[in-house]
Amino acid sequence: MTGTLSILSAGPGSTVQDGGRHGYLRYGVTGAGPMDPLAHAVANRALGNPAGAAAIEVSLGGIEITAEEAPLTVAVAGGAFSATLDGQALPPAVVVRLEPGVQLRLRAGAAGCWCYLAVAGGLDLPLVLGSASTHTRTGIGGLEGRALAAGDRLATGTPARVSVAAGAIQAPLLERPAETIRVILGPQDDFFAPDQIASFLAGPWTVSARGDRMACFLEGPKLTHLRGYNITSDGIAMGAIQVPGEGQPIILMADRQSTGGYPKIATIIGPDLGRLAQARPGSTLCFRSVSHAEAVAARAEEQAFLAGAIPVEPLIRTRFTSEFLLGLNLVDGYVDAHAQA
Amino acid sequence: MSASDAMPRFLDAGEAALVVEFGSGVDPAVSDRVLALDAALAEAAPTGLRELVPTYRSLMIHYDPLQITRDALVGMVEERLSAPKTRARKAVLWTVPCCYEAPHGEDLAEMAEIMGMPAEKAAQIHAGATYRAYMYGFAPGFTYLGGLPDEIAISRRTKPRPPHDSKVVLVGGGLSAIATFSMPTGWYVVGRTPERLYAPERASAFLMEPGDDIRFEPIDAATFAALDRRVEAGEVVARRQGQ
Repeated sequence: MTGTLSILSAGPGSTVQDGGRHGYLRYGVTGAGPMDPLAHAVANRALGNPAGAAAIEVSLGGIEITAEEAPLTVAVAGGAFSATLDGQALPPAVVVRLEPGVQLRLRAGAAGCWCYLAVAGGLDLPLVLGSASTHTRTGIGGLEGRALAAGDRLATGTPARVSVAAGAIQAPLLERPAETIRVILGPQDDFFAPDQIASFLAGPWTVSARGDRMACFLEGPKLTHLRGYNITSDGIAMGAIQVPGEGQPIILMADRQSTGGYPKIATIIGPDLGRLAQARPGSTLCFRSVSHAEAVAARAEEQAFLAGAIPVEPLIRTRFTSEFLLGLNLVDGYVDAHAQA
Repeated sequence: MSASDAMPRFLDAGEAALVVEFGSGVDPAVSDRVLALDAALAEAAPTGLRELVPTYRSLMIHYDPLQITRDALVGMVEERLSAPKTRARKAVLWTVPCCYEAPHGEDLAEMAEIMGMPAEKAAQIHAGATYRAYMYGFAPGFTYLGGLPDEIAISRRTKPRPPHDSKVVLVGGGLSAIATFSMPTGWYVVGRTPERLYAPERASAFLMEPGDDIRFEPIDAATFAALDRRVEAGEVVARRQGQ
C-alpha cells in the first residue's frame, strides 16, 4: 500500500536523497546522495527498505511532516535531533507509525548536522540519470531539483514488509564521536613535507560555518606545500581533503565536483564520512592515518551490520510513560481521541 | 623507458577509489594512455568496479573494496596495460555549430585585442582547429577541450567575469571548453552553440565521450536562432562522424 507524506514546514536545506547518482562522474555529474551514508542506510534498513532507498535528509533547519489519508511507518536516524510526535518526545533514532494528521517534528537537537527521515516503501520520485538524489546546484533529482518546502507532498512506494514495529533503533555504529576522523593519506600527500603531514593529522581543526553539502571547511594550523598548490585536475572522491593556497583544508563531500585541481593530502575513509558530516560548526577534530586494510575492515563491519535486521527495541519496554505510548498510536482506537486533544 | 610506456603510479583516494596516474600535465600522449585504459576496463569491467573517471592525466577507478581487493584491481590494471596495444581511442569527430557573432561571442573582441588580432581572425583560428574532449568536470557536461592554437592560447582572467549564458564556448588557460550552465567564469566567452551537451531528459544525456574530437562550425546569429529552436524541440544538431 502506498501513501503520501506531506511537508508541513521545512527549514532551508532539507532534500530528498537516495544512495546517490552513480555512473556519471565521467560526464561531470556529482554523485550527490546522503552526507551521512551510514545513518541514511540505517533509517532505511530499520524499515526493511533497501539501504539506498529515497529518504529525506533533514538539515539543522528541521522539518515537520504528517501522513495524508493513510498511515505511514517512518524511521528517523542520524544526528541527535530533537524528535517529537504531536509534541511527545521520541528517541533520536526511532521507528514510528505516523497517523494522518499527526505531526512528526524534527529540530536540531544535542548534536549532529543531518538527520534522515525514511518511510516504509521509500519515497517514489522520478529518477534523473538513474537516481532520485537532489542536486540543487544543477536543479536535478528529488522534488523539482530543489530543497523541500511547506506544502510539498511526496508519494511513497510499496513497503517491503507488511508492518514494522515501532521502537527505538539500536545502532551502536551510529554513536560516533567526531573528535578523531580516520583518513588514508593521499593521493597527493607527496605535495607535503613530513612535518606538514604531522601538522595536518594533529590539527586541531575547527569546523567552519561556511560548509554545505558540497564541502566542509576547516580552520587551524596553516599548511604549506612543498612545490606549489596547482595540479592538473584529476578525480575527486567523496571525503577528499584538498589544501588550496591559503593552507586551510577543504573536505569535498556529497555534492562535490567530479574533478578538481588542488593537492589532496588525504581522503576520509568511507565509514567515517558520516562522522565528519555530523560535526557541527565550531566543533574541533583531528585526523588519524590508517592503512587501506583497516579502512576496508571498518567498511566490512558496517556492511555486515546493514545486511542484517536492524534491532528495534519496542518502546513498551522503555522508560516512557503510558501517555507517551498512547501518543505513538501503538493501540488502535486512541487515534481520534488524540486528534481532539 | 620512455614516458609513453612507463608504468603509471597507483595512488589511493580512500579505500574505494584508485588513481592510475600517467603524468602530471596536459599532454595528448598521456591522455591517450588514460583513455586506452578507460576503454579497456569499460570493455570487460572487473567485478566491483563502480565508475571510471578519465582526466587529462589519470584515471580514477571507483570500486567496492569488499568485492575486489586493491591488489587484485592493481593486478588487472597492470594486465591490461601490458596487453598488446589496442586502438587508443575511437575515431569519433563531432561538428558543433558555434556562433561567434554578437550577441553570442561576448568576449571575442576583448580576447582578440589581448592576443593582438581582429576579432574575425580570432574566430577563424578557433574554428579552424580540431579539439579533443579531454575530460568532463566542473559541472554536468562541462567539456575541457585540448588543441587550442597557440595564437589564441590566452591565460585565464585574473578576476572572474559576471555569469555567462548556458551553452557557451570558452577559451582560457591555454584550453577551450564548452560550458553547459550559466555561471561566472575566469575564461573568455568566444561563442555560443545551440547544441545541448547535457540534457538529462534526453535518451543520450551526454553527446560526447572523453577522447572524442570536436570541430566548431561557424554560424551566423540567424542560423543560431533557428538551430536553437530545433534543439529546444528535442533535436540534436551537432553532427557525429566515425564509429
